[in-house]
Amino acid sequence: MKLRTSLMAAIGLAFAATAAQADINVGVTVSATGPAASLGIPEKNTIALLPTTIAGEKVNYIVLDDASDTTSAVKNVRKLISEDKVDVILGSTITPNSLAMIDVVAEAATPMISMAASARIVEPVDDKKRWVFKTPQNDAQMSTAIIEHMTNNGVKTVAFIGFSDAYGEGWYEQFSAVADARKLKMVANERFARTDTSVTGQVLKIMAAKPDAVLIAGSGTPAALPQKAFKERGFTGKIYQTHGVANNDFLRVCGKDCEGTFLPAGPVLVADQLPDSNPVKKSAVEYISKYEAAHGKGSVSTFGAHGWDSGVLLAAAVPTALKKAKPGTKEFRAALRDALEGLKEVPAAHGIFTMSPNDHLGLDQRARVMVQIQNGAWKLVK
Amino acid sequence: MDFQIALLLAQDGITNGAIYALLALALVLVFAVTRVIFIPQGEFVAYGALTLVMIQAGHVPATLWLLVGAGVLAAVVDARGALASGQKGRLAGVLAWNAGYPLVLAALLYLLPLATLPLAVQVLLALLVIVPMGPLMYRLIYQPIAAAPVLILLIVSVAVHVGMVGLGLLFFGAEGSRTPAFSEARFEVGPMMVTGQTIWVVAASIVLIVALYQFFGRTIYGKALRATAMNRNGARLMGISPALAGRLTFLLAALIGALSGVLIAPITTIYYDTGFLIGLKGFVAAIVGGLASYPIAAAGAVLVGLLEAFSSFWASAYKEVIVFTLIIPVLLWRSLTSHHVEEEE
Repeated sequence: MKLRTSLMAAIGLAFAATAAQADINVGVTVSATGPAASLGIPEKNTIALLPTTIAGEKVNYIVLDDASDTTSAVKNVRKLISEDKVDVILGSTITPNSLAMIDVVAEAATPMISMAASARIVEPVDDKKRWVFKTPQNDAQMSTAIIEHMTNNGVKTVAFIGFSDAYGEGWYEQFSAVADARKLKMVANERFARTDTSVTGQVLKIMAAKPDAVLIAGSGTPAALPQKAFKERGFTGKIYQTHGVANNDFLRVCGKDCEGTFLPAGPVLVADQLPDSNPVKKSAVEYISKYEAAHGKGSVSTFGAHGWDSGVLLAAAVPTALKKAKPGTKEFRAALRDALEGLKEVPAAHGIFTMSPNDHLGLDQRARVMVQIQNGAWKLVK
Repeated sequence: MDFQIALLLAQDGITNGAIYALLALALVLVFAVTRVIFIPQGEFVAYGALTLVMIQAGHVPATLWLLVGAGVLAAVVDARGALASGQKGRLAGVLAWNAGYPLVLAALLYLLPLATLPLAVQVLLALLVIVPMGPLMYRLIYQPIAAAPVLILLIVSVAVHVGMVGLGLLFFGAEGSRTPAFSEARFEVGPMMVTGQTIWVVAASIVLIVALYQFFGRTIYGKALRATAMNRNGARLMGISPALAGRLTFLLAALIGALSGVLIAPITTIYYDTGFLIGLKGFVAAIVGGLASYPIAAAGAVLVGLLEAFSSFWASAYKEVIVFTLIIPVLLWRSLTSHHVEEEE
């Protein structure tokens, strides 16, 4: 009898030990260095704030830097899957990296939540992309918001100046398509590089076309360069930026030349100005207070919030998946994927996520607001 | 395009060209004296500008620690050398310059109210931090391999460049910064609006070029550098130390780089990795001058600046392609017209 109890105790202990070993492993690859570092660093900081236990299970985050480089991103994912046996991948920061990672995660049947913006990452949902989800709003959603604001404010002709890379190209595609449909006339289309030290030529050409408004499609502080050049040359039309500039460094660099600029953004940027009835307010403020407690007041950016949202989706999906299988198994990864796809009305920092088999982004118009820069701060446009 | 736009573009091109000219001169100088193709030249631009930004924000610049680290390392290396060769008398000097100077500067930066100092003093402090990195870099990295082939020196330069960009991200962060303009003055010249900063850039470049010309023509150190550039072994036989020549050259290169950075920081946003592309355009200009001729390199730099300005007007998406394609006809023309004999291999 005594033997039997001790035997059972031993077996019980052994089970407890395996359970402890079967933590949920989350592999993260972000671009904390290289050209996208200003996006990747807040994301990396955010990962450190994500919950360390979900539904009673311990969660380990294994964070790697891909240096904004596609090859490194793929290498990181392979390492995370084969060596660390992760249950889910979060990342990467930028579109090219995320696109390259799709093949690897699909092959290993591991769900992935990207923090990059392009719609192509999750659309159309096919055999491979069924494993892929993303948190940032599509450029098309943001383009529509800008064009709505333009047409409501009597803009008839618009000029475009964007990065001479995938970001600028993608925006031009989306924006010109919607502009065409809404009878806005595009009068100029120029490009500049994020490393440029002067955009005088492009700005002069756009001003010669006399547009009512101009859209600058750049991300981070490089987008301040054309804006400053427009002001210096005395441009009086409306200036629009994209949500890529929504961090405080942009305000610092652009200074008084950015007064009056309009941009679409995730509600997290102006969370404290949202009416209390807005469903996003609570979850957005939660992220902001957590981030600012760790990194100081005014340090929060919308990019970090995309990372936070990936964590929110994960935390919402894991309890469902845990009911079906144990972490560390193929079945758990599949269950996690199904749980992510089945998420309904999950409030996060950038909006409310409702996934479906055709929509692996899950954001609607509640995920964007128009913002104007006033007195060096973001102001919600009502 | 009308006349006014052309004038504005030309003004923009000449302002950028003036900076490329300074960097091209530094590249030609470094190559002539030490045979190093100095890829990290552009990093001094970013370091100079961003160090000034940090000083203006009232922070002790993070680059100071690089200077202190490199200085202490150089002090150790030099002190060992001095002890090994039995020259104990040199020890005090070695320690004072390599380790003492950075520490005194560090103390100064900690004690001064950085943010409230006049601009000229802030610029001077930024230069005092960055410029000594040039000779220290030569001492620690290039002097031990001074006799290596050009290719090895080039590979080392690439390594130094990558290292400095990485450190730059660590020191300054990923976001860019600007500094306030030296002068807010604006002048109307005919149909054009000329800003005070543009005049500062062009005037400072001209002054620096004239000063370099005088330095090489009239001072003993300048002549020693020219002698080393013309014939390294001959200069050595005349008692010119190649190590001294190397350090002096890198001092000038760092000075030119950091000063360029300080000059353009009010015009454009500077990032930790901005320097590379600016340096590369200076390099195109230096190639136009065959890495040998100062006046042709300076003219090439203005050409690069103008080409950049006008191509950004006509075909903004292809601007960089146009600027860097310039190097192909230049190289063709150079290789067809010159009968250059390789000095090694």
